[in-house]
Amino acid sequence: MDEFGFALLSLTGATVRLAAPLVLAALAGLYSERAGVIALGLEGMMLSGAFAAATLAALTGSPWPGLAAALAAGVGLSLLHGLVSVGRGGDQVVSGVALNILATGLTATLASAWFGLGGQTPLLPPTARVPAWLGQNALIWLAAAAIPATAWLLGHTRFGLRLRAVGDNPAAVEAAGISVAGLRFRALAISGALAGLAGAYLSIGHGAGFIRDMTAGKGYLALAALIFGRWRPLPTLLACLLFAGADALQMRLQGALGAVPVQAIQALPYLLTVLVLAGLAGTAAAPRAIGRPWPPRR
Amino acid sequence: MRGGLISVGGALAASALVCLAAGADPVMALRLLALGAFGSGEALGYTLYYATSFIFAGLAVAVAFQAGLFNIGGEGQAMLGGLGAGLAALALDGLPAPLPALAGVALAALSGAGWALVPAWLQARRGSHIVITTIMFNFIASALLTWLLAEILIAPGQPAPESRSFATSAWLPALAGGPLSLAFPLALLAAAAVALLLWRTRWGHALRVAGLNPDAARYAGLSPARITIQAMLLSGALAGMVGVNEILGVQHRLLLGFTGGAGFVGIAVALMGRNHPGGVVLAALLFGALAQGGAELAFELPALGRDLVVVIQGLVVLAAATMARR
Repeated sequence: MDEFGFALLSLTGATVRLAAPLVLAALAGLYSERAGVIALGLEGMMLSGAFAAATLAALTGSPWPGLAAALAAGVGLSLLHGLVSVGRGGDQVVSGVALNILATGLTATLASAWFGLGGQTPLLPPTARVPAWLGQNALIWLAAAAIPATAWLLGHTRFGLRLRAVGDNPAAVEAAGISVAGLRFRALAISGALAGLAGAYLSIGHGAGFIRDMTAGKGYLALAALIFGRWRPLPTLLACLLFAGADALQMRLQGALGAVPVQAIQALPYLLTVLVLAGLAGTAAAPRAIGRPWPPRR
Repeated sequence: MRGGLISVGGALAASALVCLAAGADPVMALRLLALGAFGSGEALGYTLYYATSFIFAGLAVAVAFQAGLFNIGGEGQAMLGGLGAGLAALALDGLPAPLPALAGVALAALSGAGWALVPAWLQARRGSHIVITTIMFNFIASALLTWLLAEILIAPGQPAPESRSFATSAWLPALAGGPLSLAFPLALLAAAAVALLLWRTRWGHALRVAGLNPDAARYAGLSPARITIQAMLLSGALAGMVGVNEILGVQHRLLLGFTGGAGFVGIAVALMGRNHPGGVVLAALLFGALAQGGAELAFELPALGRDLVVVIQGLVVLAAATMARR
């Protein structure tokens, strides 16, 4: 194989590895937003999942308690978001941003207090990380499987139908005698679990430990991918691959293009996100009741 | 006011739990914090210096909120503000005393406003989610500043990415021995000006109507898109003033990381102050005390660190979300 072929192959591999956390997080956002709850807290849920996973993996020397902790952390934060925005009818955007600030502070404080490494967790040995399966990290397969599973769940099950209905027309759901809040809480639990796993992938799958602020905007990127994917599983996957491809290219180009400053290349995924959002005029595809508390006020 | 007190109380109680989880005595932590923030004249000076940045950042978020916009890009706008202030100082510090600093203040406001303009325009004309675009612009601002400092503005023979120090003609006059500068009264002035603008002018009324009910604004013949852009310009200019406090008031040179998360503190400050300038000033004083006291606390109890203050911010914002209903 020639040099170009190798480069393309390694670029594809890097894209897949970088896409996995985006896919898990974007699907997390999909469950939440299709149920009518804005998912701005993805970043914080991911960061908490990453920290919880690395902490338990470091303490036990095994990845599985780490994964369980990531699930618990993600679901816990997501349900907190639910208590504020579904239970009390608070502001969903503000609540999501609160989760992100809270997670930044909590993970750094607890990491410093428990490990004394200035906000990191110890470097994990290979045995404490999620193993590979058929040449790829097991969580990558999970992310890949979650796409068709979500498409099937949303499109072909009673739960999926109700979930979509509660995001578009909660009045109809309530008229059918189904609890709007109950459905939204269930959607948020799934959302938290997936976001927690996305974080675990960063710290005990792809990476070997928690580093402060290691999500670096990936939660927001995933939300942009969800919007770009018009809140549908398959287009959202393609959007995630696009963002991950830009990130992979960015890493590969560093140093390769002497004239272009490294920082400009590093900013590429963020610039791309803005361009993608700018290219989408109108949000006709958004769930119609998104961001609106139920029952409506006044 | 009552809501603000409840949110402070709840946040403090939850923070005590975090202290316990980190293995520290919360009562002692609180005492160290208060002593560190108000225990001496020097401590008070630092508290007010932090509060200055938080007033500007909080006003920035509050103005946008009044127009129904959530600007979480204060951090990036503050970086650009500092860059503008620094560039003016570097270019003009050969001139006599008030001129370089005045030019720095003006360019800081302009740069901050300019950095807010693109997300504002995208929200107004293309419907792009302003929360996502403003946070992306934070990352882009950080990359831009790193590049400029590492490649272009770096002082010759300097190992760290920092510019040369400004001549004293570009410094904001200090109010005491410490970091407190003229930026503090400037911040109070800005708060008064924002209050007058929002509640005593036709433009301010239009802005608040558009924030409360865009449809009503449209029926009244106002353009919500234009108001979005104008509100974000003002918001960005205010956030840019954080750079004035840090670069012209304290650092007297351009460097990385001078914003120190003030843009995000502004979110908690605005929400706790109910998006009103008076409330913003009070909340900024509280967060200034937390920042200064937290630094002292981190010195005495290294296990707790300064990040505990970020936890408190998060809890305050969460409490505000519970009460701030749209």
